[in-house]
Amino acid sequence: MDKIPILRMGDFLLVTIQVDMHDRLAMALQDDLTRTISQTEAHGVLIDISTLEIVDSFIGRMLSNIAAMSRVLDAETVVVGMQPAVAITLVELGLSLPGVRTALNVDAGMELLRSSVNAHKELYGSRLH
Amino acid sequence: MSEMRLNRNGAKFVEILGKREDQILAEWMKEMTGATRRGDLIKDSDLRAECTQFLKLLTQATAAAGTDFQSPAFDAMREMLNDVSRSRAQKGFKPSETATFVFSLKRPLFNQIQADQKGDAETMVAEIWSLTELLDAMGLYTMEVFQKSREEMIRRQQEELLELSTPVVKLWDGILALPIIGTLDSARTQVVMESLLQAIVQSNSRVAIIDITGVPTVDTIVAQHLLKTVTAARLMGADCIISGVRPQIAQTIVHLGINLLDVTTKSTLAAAFSVALQRLGITFVRETAKS
Repeated sequence: MDKIPILRMGDFLLVTIQVDMHDRLAMALQDDLTRTISQTEAHGVLIDISTLEIVDSFIGRMLSNIAAMSRVLDAETVVVGMQPAVAITLVELGLSLPGVRTALNVDAGMELLRSSVNAHKELYGSRLH
Repeated sequence: MSEMRLNRNGAKFVEILGKREDQILAEWMKEMTGATRRGDLIKDSDLRAECTQFLKLLTQATAAAGTDFQSPAFDAMREMLNDVSRSRAQKGFKPSETATFVFSLKRPLFNQIQADQKGDAETMVAEIWSLTELLDAMGLYTMEVFQKSREEMIRRQQEELLELSTPVVKLWDGILALPIIGTLDSARTQVVMESLLQAIVQSNSRVAIIDITGVPTVDTIVAQHLLKTVTAARLMGADCIISGVRPQIAQTIVHLGINLLDVTTKSTLAAAFSVALQRLGITFVRETAKS
C-alpha cells in the first residue's frame, strides 16, 4: 500500500501529498500524523496539496479533521498550494474548511507557521525541549 | 416511379429554363422591384449578377438531378444560397425579404411553363407542382442559413462579452484587482472565479481585491457568487477584499440578511488597496520638501 511520508523539519512536520488520495490512504495519514505529532511534539504541520487534482467531500472533511486534531495536540496546520479547480470544487461542495489556515506555497506556509508559533511563544513563554 | 416522374418533369422545365433564361431574368428582376429589392442595401448590378448566377446554377443542377434538392448536384446551388443568405443577414435584410428572393422566382417561371404547355393542363400542373416543391425547399434553406448566421453572430458577441468583462489586473507585487462590470450571473461568475484563481496561482499574489463598483445590483445570488469566490481564494491561501460597495448595495445586503461579516469590505478601491498594502507590510512615505 502507498504511504504518505511525513518529514520533520525542525519544529514542524511536512506532509506532501503526491498521489491520488483514496479513503484508506487518508485514514492512514490521519493515524500517522497524529502519532508523529505527539511523538515529536511538533508545533506546526504543513500539508502541501499542490499536486492534488481530484478532491471529494471525504478528502475535504479529512483535511479539516486533521487541522482540528492537530490543534488539540497543540500544533498549527497550514494547507498550501491548493489548485484553483480543487478550491472551486470544495466551495461547490459547501466545504469552506473554516478552521484550516491556508497559504499559496510552501514558502508562504512556512512563514505563516513560524510567525504563529512565535506569537504563541511570546504569549505563553518558550517551552523546554 | 415518382423519382422518374420528377426527373421527367425536371427535364421539361430545364428545356424552358435554357431557352428563355433572359426573359425569366427580366421578369424576375421586375418582380423584385417591390419590397425585396431594397435598393438601399444592394446595388442593381449586384442583384442582377446574383440572379444570373442563380439561374445558371439552377439550370445546371436541374439538368443533372431534376428537382431533388437533396442531391449532390445541388451542392453549388446550396453554396450560393449560403452566401446570399449570409451576406443579406449581415447587410440587414429582413428574413422575409431574404426568403422572397427565392420565392419571387415562382411567378416568372410559372408564366413560362404556362406559355409553353398551353392546352396540356395535366403536364402543366405536374410541372408546376414539382417546381413549387423545389423552390419552397430552396426558400426554407435560405431561411435556415439566415437564422444560423444570426445565431452565430449572437453567440460570438456573447463570448466576446464574457472575455471582455473579466480582466484581472495586477496592482502591485502580490496584489491583484478584479473590477467587475455588469450583472453577475452563474456563467460569468464561473469565468470570473476561474480567471481570478488562475491569476492568483500564476502571479503568486497574497491579496485579491474584487471591485464591484460596476455591478448595478446585488441580490442574494450575486452575493452568494461573490462569497464563493472569496472562499475559494481563501482556500488557496489568498485574502480577498471586496471594494466599491455603494450605499444602496450596503442597504440591500443588510435587508437581504446576507452575511458578509467574514469578508473585508471597503467603499473604494483606494481604501482596499491601502489595506492590501498594509497586509503585505508595505508603507508609503510622502517625500517632504527638502529643507
